[in-house]
Amino acid sequence: MAEAVKAAANNVESKQYIVVVLGSEHYGVDINYIDNIVRMQSITRVPKTQTYFEGVINLRGEVIPVMSLRKRFGLEADEITGKTRILILKPEAQGSIGIIVDSVKEVLTLSNDSIDKPSAKGADDDKTNFLTGVGKNGDELVSILNIMEVIQDKEEDE
Amino acid sequence: MDVSQYLEIFIDETKEHLQSLNEQLLVLEKEPENADTINEIFRAAHSLKGMAGTMGYKTMQELTHKWEDVFSEVRNGKMKVTPDLVDVLFKGLDKLENILDNIINAGNEGDDKCEEIIGQLIAFVQNGGSGAAAAPAAAPKKKAAKASAEVAVATETKAESGDASKEKFRQFKYADFEQHAITKAIDEGTNAFGITVYIQESCLLKAARAFMVFKKLEELGTIAKSEPAVQDIEDEKFDLDFSMVFLTKESAAKVKEAIMNVSEVETALVAPLSKESVEAATVKDENAPSEAAAQTAAATETKPAAAQATAAASSGKPVVNRSVRVDIEKLDDLMNLVSELIIAKNGLVSLNAQQDEANHTAGNAMGPQIEYLERITTNLHQSVMKVRMVPLESVFNRFPRMIRDVSKSLNKKINLVISGEETELDRTVIDEIGDPLTHLLRNAADHGIETAEERAKTNKPEVGTINLNAYQEGNNVVIEVKDDGKGIDVEKVKKKAIDKGTITKEQADVMTDKEIIDLLFRPSFSTAEKVSELSGRGVGLDVVKTNIEKLGGDVEVRTVLGGGSNFIVRLPLTLAIIQSLMVEIGNEKYAIPLGSIQTIEDIPVSDLKYVQSKEVIHLRGSVIPIIRLNQILDIESTKGEDENLTVVIVSKGEKLAGFVVDNLIGQQEIVIKSIGKYIDSPKMISGATILGDGEVALILDVNTLV
Repeated sequence: MAEAVKAAANNVESKQYIVVVLGSEHYGVDINYIDNIVRMQSITRVPKTQTYFEGVINLRGEVIPVMSLRKRFGLEADEITGKTRILILKPEAQGSIGIIVDSVKEVLTLSNDSIDKPSAKGADDDKTNFLTGVGKNGDELVSILNIMEVIQDKEEDE
Repeated sequence: MDVSQYLEIFIDETKEHLQSLNEQLLVLEKEPENADTINEIFRAAHSLKGMAGTMGYKTMQELTHKWEDVFSEVRNGKMKVTPDLVDVLFKGLDKLENILDNIINAGNEGDDKCEEIIGQLIAFVQNGGSGAAAAPAAAPKKKAAKASAEVAVATETKAESGDASKEKFRQFKYADFEQHAITKAIDEGTNAFGITVYIQESCLLKAARAFMVFKKLEELGTIAKSEPAVQDIEDEKFDLDFSMVFLTKESAAKVKEAIMNVSEVETALVAPLSKESVEAATVKDENAPSEAAAQTAAATETKPAAAQATAAASSGKPVVNRSVRVDIEKLDDLMNLVSELIIAKNGLVSLNAQQDEANHTAGNAMGPQIEYLERITTNLHQSVMKVRMVPLESVFNRFPRMIRDVSKSLNKKINLVISGEETELDRTVIDEIGDPLTHLLRNAADHGIETAEERAKTNKPEVGTINLNAYQEGNNVVIEVKDDGKGIDVEKVKKKAIDKGTITKEQADVMTDKEIIDLLFRPSFSTAEKVSELSGRGVGLDVVKTNIEKLGGDVEVRTVLGGGSNFIVRLPLTLAIIQSLMVEIGNEKYAIPLGSIQTIEDIPVSDLKYVQSKEVIHLRGSVIPIIRLNQILDIESTKGEDENLTVVIVSKGEKLAGFVVDNLIGQQEIVIKSIGKYIDSPKMISGATILGDGEVALILDVNTLV
């Protein structure tokens, strides 16, 4: 919160991000997209759909599809621990979607000028397309996720 | 005053009137002498004219006015209904529909002034019946009416005292400033009239009529006082009459005529007011209390009069329509709430079952209460569903007109027979089903029915018949579009499909006729430019199929070459909540809609037969293909190889199939939910539902699996 106040005082445009952990990397998700963060719960598998979708969950009477961010990024499968969380994103009024992450770390305020645009686009590197930039949080780097890209892109082999 | 608040009523009623005009015109075309029909059309045109005038839609008013003229001539036997006239009338009707569409979409009438149609109608009135004399004849009539009005005014003025109870303006009490304004005006040579306007009892838009009266009068002079106050009149806080004091330079007759020109005005009493009478009725400030007393006295006086009027009128009043117009969104909300209630109820049911299990007791005090709750929620759901149901009539009634037009333009004789239009369907389905049906009917008329000459050659009656039939079948509503035309030539379809590369020759050889005909529903087929050369269909049939499948239904064709085709559309009764059979496959739960389930069978593995290397079973005389759900859904079955199979026999139309499942859980009422955006929904899954324990189960789409 203190950072938020500071940023406001400096009058630099800044945004708040939820920092999530995936393996050894930290990713930032624009807080405006986030509707909710829930603990891991039982997921109903949906057959014959994109491989990175784990299935659907029931969130207070709504059926919401859930994808594994690890599978989306081509990492090894999730290892469900007590820290595993599902981020419920609501990019549009009509549709929610959940993404599974290893854990949720903190809320971070970053001013826009402290985010570096990703270096020259590695066309082969799929992950690069999912990022809008890299921000610094002390010693750590936080990759800012391009949420729309993450959730809308269909499988390449389609 | 703003008339926009009446726009919705106006649109609804105009739609109804236009529909009735459409139907009556079709009747009139067949029976040009039918007096009832002529009267009905006259009345509908008259009401439309009035409504359009009130709302200020000039073109519509003008056009309907001409209609009225035409039918008043016809009614008086001065004109005959000819096919030409009917054609022009139909064109006029289309214009009116266009105008209404414009009003709905753009809020105005659009630029088309319909002069051509109006001109044609005028020509008919002038040339029809007693020739050119007809048009001028109307004019003197108006004059005569004017004259008689003047006479009426004159007599009223004379009989002033006699009619005093109806002339409510005589009970006016004037405030000081009002009296000053009126006497000043009289001194300046302006006429002051007391006016009481009575509106017809059948009038629906009383405030709008009153508003029209005020508007007309304001063109002629000033309204010094009105009773009830203008605000109250706008809010429709008056019975059937309102009174005012009107200052104008015009004559009483002219004022009266202006008022009477507003439709649905019963009478208007107009009488001059003298300076003295106004002064006498003026209430001075000091005796304000007595004013109140006088007003209550006046009020009690008027009340019995009003009561009498209603009593007198009630004998002739039509039966009151006991219905309420409700916004569909409110019904959607209600349905959502019912859905949530059912999910909550399912939660209770499963909790109760768990407790019973834990306590090793069958049934506790909760049991009966939960059953009671279950009954209530089921009934509630059915009631809400019924509220949302609309008869198919509202879709079907546009088709006779359409078939008439199509048959005229194709020069074919076609008779459309509609039955089962009282069958009801959910409102959302009704809204969507019109286009696919229009398509099927057009196809039947265009490609199905032959020309009269062709029909004569094949010994068929000259007039082709298209049957549009609807009925309920279990949890489905079936709509059939059946023609007695030439049917679909399977060989031609096959050839076309091979030519177009949709299938290969080898594929075509092993395909059944039915499979070939189903090719017509493939998207690639509809884009063919010369499809109508084929004996069949194919124009946009894929769109028909997609639209119907979107509604959870399906479409099937049966055809006899030379004997006609039958397109059968099957639609679910409701979209939101269904009864289903819960089954277990591996350790996953799936729901199968109960409506499509025929039977459940226990089949020994030894009964499995193979036809074309596909598994089938022989059951009560029919061969039923077996679908192993675990393979389709990528699940490992928990059952051993040689255990008996639990087979759920489902049907899609007449086609049967057996679903192999591992376990049956039981029947459950489920709420259908979408599995959400972003995720690719596989075809065999029609949605998801939330079970009592909060788990999500997927619903199998029988139509795609069979």
